[in-house]
Amino acid sequence: MKKKVCAAAVITLAMGTTAACGSSGDSGTSGGTSAQTARGPVKVWLSNNKEELTWGKAMVAAWNTAHPKELVTAQEIPAGKSSEEVIGAAITAGNAPCLVLNTAPAAVPGFQKQGGLVSLDSFPDGKAYVEARSGTAADQYKSPDGKLYQIPWKSNPVMIFYNKDMMTKAGVDPSAPPLATYDQFMATSKKLVASGAAPFAIAPSPTSEFFQSWFDFYPLYAAQSDGKQLVENGKATFDSDAGKKVSNFWRTMYAAKLSPQEKIEGDSFADKKAAMAVVGPWAIPVYKGKVNWGVAPVPTSAGMTADKIHTFSDAKNIAMYSACKNQGTAWDLLKFATSKAQDGALLNLTGQMPLRKDLTTVYADYLVKNPAYKAFADQAARTVEVPNVANSIAIWQAFRDSYSSSVIFGKTPVDAGLKTTADKVNTLAGQS
Amino acid sequence: MPNATVTSQVQDHTGPTRPPPKRRPRRLTTIFGRHPLGMALAAPYAVFLAVVFAYPLGLAVWISFHDYFFTAPGMKVARPFVGLENYRTALADPAVRRSFLNVIEFLVINVPLTVILALVLATALNSAIRARTFLRVAYYIPYVSASVAVVAVWLFLFSNGGMINQLLGPLAPDPSWLVNSHLAMPVIAVFVTWKQLGFFILLYLAALQNVSRELYEAASVDGAGKLRSFISVTVPGVRSATTLVVILATITGANLFTEPYLLTNGGGPNGASASPVLVMYQRGIEQGSPDVASAIGVILVLGVLVVSVVNRRLLERD
Repeated sequence: MKKKVCAAAVITLAMGTTAACGSSGDSGTSGGTSAQTARGPVKVWLSNNKEELTWGKAMVAAWNTAHPKELVTAQEIPAGKSSEEVIGAAITAGNAPCLVLNTAPAAVPGFQKQGGLVSLDSFPDGKAYVEARSGTAADQYKSPDGKLYQIPWKSNPVMIFYNKDMMTKAGVDPSAPPLATYDQFMATSKKLVASGAAPFAIAPSPTSEFFQSWFDFYPLYAAQSDGKQLVENGKATFDSDAGKKVSNFWRTMYAAKLSPQEKIEGDSFADKKAAMAVVGPWAIPVYKGKVNWGVAPVPTSAGMTADKIHTFSDAKNIAMYSACKNQGTAWDLLKFATSKAQDGALLNLTGQMPLRKDLTTVYADYLVKNPAYKAFADQAARTVEVPNVANSIAIWQAFRDSYSSSVIFGKTPVDAGLKTTADKVNTLAGQS
Repeated sequence: MPNATVTSQVQDHTGPTRPPPKRRPRRLTTIFGRHPLGMALAAPYAVFLAVVFAYPLGLAVWISFHDYFFTAPGMKVARPFVGLENYRTALADPAVRRSFLNVIEFLVINVPLTVILALVLATALNSAIRARTFLRVAYYIPYVSASVAVVAVWLFLFSNGGMINQLLGPLAPDPSWLVNSHLAMPVIAVFVTWKQLGFFILLYLAALQNVSRELYEAASVDGAGKLRSFISVTVPGVRSATTLVVILATITGANLFTEPYLLTNGGGPNGASASPVLVMYQRGIEQGSPDVASAIGVILVLGVLVVSVVNRRLLERD
């Protein structure tokens, strides 16, 4: 009996491995020129953000009214641990939609490697359309092969939100709190905590997920380095004076317990557990009526005027997926969804900034009527994206692990941590 | 009863000769065994095991020896054989090595604690105590509750401003439990022990029903107290259940994922509570390297097999 069981196990294992061998990637790539001109119904996935859903459904309804023979079906991105995992699984399964109006730039290199994306340059007017809409900002979104696999759609340039009431309680001028330089930021933070106005000055999430550095290190690094990406020309840039200054600034914040080493459950800013937060314009409707807030650019070591400061874009883009059969319709829909009218509707409904070169002039009326968004719209002209390089997520995870060790928990020296991580990142960025 | 046996034997010897039973064709017997109905009934589960466990395991082993990443259907890519390269990459990664050490730390705390607490509590719940049914249900509830919900309670207890620290006052650890590199994994081990205790108590309760009362009476006659009876009668009496508990706790412990993912926010602080499965998830799903993730998985499977075999040998030897 034992022999039979063993034999069955071996056969099953062999079947498994044989089947695995058989599935090792073959047959032709879907899509191609015929798919690019094909027209017909298409599916799109939208973010599950309430305001974005409202906009997306209205946009799709407008399209469907005008194009009854090329109907669009829209749905929220299916639930999962993250949108990127769901999209990655859909690419592998071959059932990705035509467009995802919430594609994270950091995930694009991975999707591209999977063969899941359609190059937008392959459409006759693809390159011209993107450049006309976004200008040189589109360059940050080009893949290492020089092609565009995503259209820069909207950004949420991050800035410092502060609680005016807490500033007042701490004896700081709430109309212009000193937050421009690291020393000023630190002094204001100490006043906020020492006065009991807030348990913590600012509480970026100290957890280990790869994307968390986008909301503590990266915005300040973008500002301090005059707009450098984490990786440029295949090399890490952060093992530098700017990287060290930003890392040491945050290390001091954690060491002085002005920022918590433990994640605060819920929204630390809304729950009045932190006096400041690193947020984008999405925060304006979220905190309306809950917090008496003000906004300031991210700090730099010596201070800069607001019109010189760069920050992280926190952009979400639109990508076309290779499983799409009617790519001709999908391309037209993509242009429709990013038209001036639809961008205006998006701005109006969500407060998120369309990645257009003429943002502040085209939507000047909106910004006059909604002055709260003016600072973010100005900041949108100077944003830094995550680098579009191979192993993007692995690079951010390596950076986060090191940052966590040296900056958040102070287990390793900051300078040594940056050096070691830069070496690792260089290796990862150099792999195909 | 002895008469019946005799009668039967007489009939066998004196009655007319029975025709020889029809024999199944030898080939069918070879294929389907002597109990084809049993095979038919077992087949669905065997197929389930083959499809859901054996095939993925085989695929994982295959992937671990190749340069592999997930692709869209129809994408033409080479998947060259890379030998042990993925294993080298995995073992050269400090985060992977750390995760294996973490899970060993977890098992060293979790498995003995599970065995001791489950056995002691099962023994207590097996005796005539008040509210026995209520207590049995109470211990089982965490096991059937979703980890996500239960983790929220533990966050409330063990976070920096949580109830435990408020009770401890100045004695509270700094950094707090879940962000303390020395305490995060022990807290997770205790959490998992508590959560799964109900299931293991149930196993011991079943095993305790097979321990003869006479053994306890004999021990009592020999002057053994409750503790001596427990050590000399109960513990050896449930040895086979202990083997099962140790092996199951080891396997489930080695598969640790949800707790470090939720309780310490992705294996924090600074990787101190990252488990191999969590690192597999990061490498395989988030970072698009299923080949390295598979290598980690194969190492984990082999490790669990070795530990389980050693456990079994140690626990079942006379």
